[in-house]
Amino acid sequence: MTAGQLLAAGQSTSAGASVAFWVLAVISVSAGLGMVLARRAVYCAVLLAVVMLSLAILYAVAGAPFLAFVQIIVYTGAVLMLFLFVLMIVGVASKDSMRETIAGQRLAAGVAGIALLVLLGLIVGHAAIGPAAPAGTGYGANNVRGLAILVFTKYVFPFEVTAALLITAALGAMVLAHRERTTPKPTQRELAHQRVAGGRPSPLPGPGVYARHNAVDFPALLPDGSPSELSVSPIIAAREQEMRAGGAVPLPPGGDAANGAASGPEDAGRGPEGAGRGPEGAGRGPGGAGSEPEEVRP
Amino acid sequence: MSPSHFVALAVILFVIGAVGVLVRRNALVIFMCVELMLNAVNLAFVAFARLHANLDGQVIAFFVMVVAAAEVVVGLAIIMAMFRARRSASVDDANLLKY
Repeated sequence: MTAGQLLAAGQSTSAGASVAFWVLAVISVSAGLGMVLARRAVYCAVLLAVVMLSLAILYAVAGAPFLAFVQIIVYTGAVLMLFLFVLMIVGVASKDSMRETIAGQRLAAGVAGIALLVLLGLIVGHAAIGPAAPAGTGYGANNVRGLAILVFTKYVFPFEVTAALLITAALGAMVLAHRERTTPKPTQRELAHQRVAGGRPSPLPGPGVYARHNAVDFPALLPDGSPSELSVSPIIAAREQEMRAGGAVPLPPGGDAANGAASGPEDAGRGPEGAGRGPEGAGRGPGGAGSEPEEVRP
Repeated sequence: MSPSHFVALAVILFVIGAVGVLVRRNALVIFMCVELMLNAVNLAFVAFARLHANLDGQVIAFFVMVVAAAEVVVGLAIIMAMFRARRSASVDDANLLKY
């Protein structure tokens, strides 16, 4: 990062800064476009990470090394990890359907985007942004010191308000994520009864046991040599099915299986929305985490 | 490397984010596009701070980051609550106010 500081502190038209800018501009714009166009939410998250990292380096080039580090730590480290956590809960296999629910929405959005680009481009073009002023005292090695002086003197009131905002946000997230338990927590005795009554008292077989490969996506072999469908996780089975069909098999929106496995037995039988949805939702019995679909693999 | 280049890049990224918000229907991806727009505005703040060679723009960008972090926390909690109620993260499924 010292290179970025030196570049920014020196003459702003130096060759290194321009090379860095053009390379990072191309990377960030193409990653942003890919984020809008990618169908899977995980790809969007990874491409957003690319955009944020290249923006962090651009901050360093523009003489803001502190912001570059905050960008990497806060955005790429915290915010994006939060996104990925929620993505794993909501269902990593979830895809956007490409069916337009509002007729002509995509075309209208494209036209609006071009119009916005023209408008902002005209504004920026008319603004007559000149060359950068010679770097002041807050640039270069004194960046953090200058920012600290500003934050704790001129901007001390917004800084204090930020504390209230963060506490409110944390409380709000806790309230929103809280789920009231409507049924009593099942005791160990009830769970045992449920398990014996469910028809399969033993644990499910592990994948790949004594099969040709010891891999999670390979079904275990039964004593008679036939593969055991129960041994493969329903998420992997659904993904393989989808890959075999060339992406034509629609997944249930939001990946029921991921949530069913994560949310425990008190979630089972909560309503009709989980059952009969797709290949994974159909076989989900009253066990929630314990029961596996019967007919996942064809 | 004049600040106008940075501002132009910020404009392009902002428009990409805006189009993404309009086009996509997964609530998580819409949130990511909002983050992209916030980042683009931050880049413009940093560029203008460089233009005037003072640090106020960088302080504002710092505050934008803090607000964005708080916004992401609350927004993702809302998406989680929505997903729990409707088993879907698509904004098309959250249409209860329509009827």
